[in-house]
Amino acid sequence: MSAEAAFKKIFGRPESLKENYTHYCPGCGHSIAHRLVAECLDELGLRENTIGVPPVGCAVLAYNYFNFDMIEAPHGRALAVATGIKRTNPDKFVLTYQGDGDLAAIGTAETIHAANRGEKISAIFINNAIYGMTGGQMAPTTLLGQEATTAPGGRDSSLHGNPIDISAMIAVSNGVVYVERCSLASLKQIRQAKKAIKKCFQVQLDKLGFGLVELLSPCPTNWKLSPKEAWAWVNEVMVKVYPLGVIKDTTGYEDKK
Amino acid sequence: MPSEKKLMRGSNVVGEAAVRAGCRFYAGYPITPQNELPEYLSARMPEVGGAFIQGESEIASINMVLGAAATGVRAMTSSSSPGVALKQEGISYMAGQELPAVVINMMRGGPGLGNIAPSGADYYQATRGGGNGDYRTPVLAPAGCQELADLTFTAFDIADKYRTPVMILGDGLMGQVMEPVIFPDPIDIKSLPPKDWALTGCKGRKPKAIFSMLLDLNALYNHNLHLQEKYDEITAKELRWDTAMTEDAELLVVAYGTPSRIAESAIEELRAEGIKAGLFRPITLWPFPTIPLRKLAAKIGKVGVFEFSMGQMLDDVIMAVGERAEIYFYGVPGGIIPTPSDVARFLKSSIKGDGKVGRRIEA
Amino acid sequence: MIKRTLFAGFGGQGVLLMGYVLSHGAMHRGLNVTYFPSYGAEMRGGTANCTVTLSDKKIASPVASNPDLFVAMNYPSLEKFEKSVAKSGLIFLNATLIKEEVSRKDVEVIKVPTLELAKEAGSDRAINMVMIGALCAKSGLLSLEDTVAGMQAALKGKEKFFPLNRKGIERGFAFIADGK
Ligand SMILES: Cc1ncc(C[n+]2csc(CCOP(=O)(O)OP(=O)(O)O)c2C)c(N)n1
Ligand code: SF4
Repeated sequence: MSAEAAFKKIFGRPESLKENYTHYCPGCGHSIAHRLVAECLDELGLRENTIGVPPVGCAVLAYNYFNFDMIEAPHGRALAVATGIKRTNPDKFVLTYQGDGDLAAIGTAETIHAANRGEKISAIFINNAIYGMTGGQMAPTTLLGQEATTAPGGRDSSLHGNPIDISAMIAVSNGVVYVERCSLASLKQIRQAKKAIKKCFQVQLDKLGFGLVELLSPCPTNWKLSPKEAWAWVNEVMVKVYPLGVIKDTTGYEDKK
Repeated sequence: MPSEKKLMRGSNVVGEAAVRAGCRFYAGYPITPQNELPEYLSARMPEVGGAFIQGESEIASINMVLGAAATGVRAMTSSSSPGVALKQEGISYMAGQELPAVVINMMRGGPGLGNIAPSGADYYQATRGGGNGDYRTPVLAPAGCQELADLTFTAFDIADKYRTPVMILGDGLMGQVMEPVIFPDPIDIKSLPPKDWALTGCKGRKPKAIFSMLLDLNALYNHNLHLQEKYDEITAKELRWDTAMTEDAELLVVAYGTPSRIAESAIEELRAEGIKAGLFRPITLWPFPTIPLRKLAAKIGKVGVFEFSMGQMLDDVIMAVGERAEIYFYGVPGGIIPTPSDVARFLKSSIKGDGKVGRRIEA
Repeated sequence: MIKRTLFAGFGGQGVLLMGYVLSHGAMHRGLNVTYFPSYGAEMRGGTANCTVTLSDKKIASPVASNPDLFVAMNYPSLEKFEKSVAKSGLIFLNATLIKEEVSRKDVEVIKVPTLELAKEAGSDRAINMVMIGALCAKSGLLSLEDTVAGMQAALKGKEKFFPLNRKGIERGFAFIADGK
């Protein structure tokens, strides 16, 4: 028997990822999220028909890792850029990949209005409760009491406002069909996150409306925790403020089954 | 009492100087290479009873400053190039509404997201008015930490005196460099001249409104004439520049900010070889020291312009010098910081007139 | 007098801290000083370097054409910057990591076994303190007292590290004095 016949390949690099080393820190959620997005695109056969919009944030270089067409957007404007692409190319699969500063601070208006228009776009939202790339400033999603370089002594609601739940905010809009929050801090949750991403992509393929998957994502570097401690922090602290699960689902998919 | 000498990073120097100059409101959005400034003020502002806000964007931040300024409070925002691009609408409104504020730009490489290395590529944006309308923004260009401290005071004073936004134009190197600084005394805010135009609530007086929309054609016409009078007065009274080693120079080097520091070392290198060059350093970029430069350039006969862009301040030098002197240009785009020896090669080539490093400008 | 020192190495080797210590120490000695760090490409885990210029006169350029002193904490830094060092300059090698030789013949090379010396001083984390001690001792830029004062000013608020860091600096000075 030949070697090929004796051994079955059960794990490999998704075609939607390039053969590059990422610049992400050890334990960073971005690398896991990249892999999940790539696997889902592969499984749905979407790679060659996809146009992606990366954020300005730690994932700004995502075009070095994702193996499909991508266009840089100014900080926060990914969903406006994606709208322009989708409206002129309705048959293309369009996705944005954005951090919390990008999607929920500077890009809030673009996020809310793209969602409200029911753009047939899929947004992957990485919530790490901090500004990673610029070195640990407060994010709109930073938890109360959490240290940040621009919130010395920790976030204080009277000075800095409260952690924003943008996923719940957009869910009230009729244009929004599917919103789910998952985490990247346990194997079980990572598997659930993949299911959610795939479903979100299906929403776009079925032309139902806007879909978003929020991923609670560790940033050990700026949380000043080890990767292991960072997972624990997501599971013990972060999920209390950002509970996991489906926030909105009007796809009717389950009903059909 | 002026402070004792402190070793501080440029961004932090601006923060401390602003507080001492009576700034009690800061709003900004993080961006490298000036994050240390909002970080510093997030801790420092509450100590003096001032307010610090990390806005949700640069657009929100400049408009928070607009609001604070309308009530007479000394207010400041800061950013770096792509963020300052977003602030232009607010700056234009404040120019039209005649509101004082200080805007810091620690320039980085562009266009677009570019990179975070020091750059001088926003000279046009700063000096020509990056927003809409016929307005000017006084622009101050510090060349070191002590000057960052001193010019921060100057910026607030000019802003209040002329009721205008004022910009401090540094670059990534100015934001990151550390040098010893002696801070001026904190001012007594109560000693500042009263702002009778500020909105304070109309108790005991007629209500006031601050606006830039003047639908009446004559009113807008006259408002612009009034603004121009103010700009003429600023040009007459607020010009600032510096010179070094010009007495016996065969070549006059024109550079501002970080490049002026590198140029000065290049001039020292040349002088060690017996080659004589001198430095002209604009400190106000608008108003540009046109006449002083014209006189000196005409006397020396050769001018070498060095900046961190492909030729922006160069336009102002050409307008000042015209055909009164030969003009040579050495532009380095954002990303690479040339060393004094690189600049010295340009200066030598310009003195020879061989155009081997940089290029000759035909005026 | 004007002396330009370039420190370079991996992020995490305390390269920028060495620059702070030298800068604060020079202030303590009453010199003018300019410190300019490379500030990375908003990327993790890369190389770090900083330039410190000391003078008894006004300092013009914060960047140096040819540093008089160069501290290389790893081989990539040595490779990158060796050429730029001034003639008759001093190159300090982190001999624990760098086994390669300096190819220049017109400079003096000081090989400092930082890790071994730091361990002798009581902590393998003090490698940068050993190096800054050796640099100040060999170059005569700062006395032991000024160097320690520089370290204390640079690490204000972290007083618990002072005693160990001081031992590291002292070990660096002793290494230059005794040649071992
Ligand atoms: C207009 C503009 N403002 C600010 C910045 C600086 N900046 C780069 S990334 C970033 C935020 C990063 O945080 P987030 O979106 O949460 O992503 P993360 O890095 O945490 O993945 C900021 C403020 C910029 N590049 N452009
Ligand atoms: S800083 Fe945080 S978000 Fe950015 S790569 Fe590192 S761990 Fe990931």
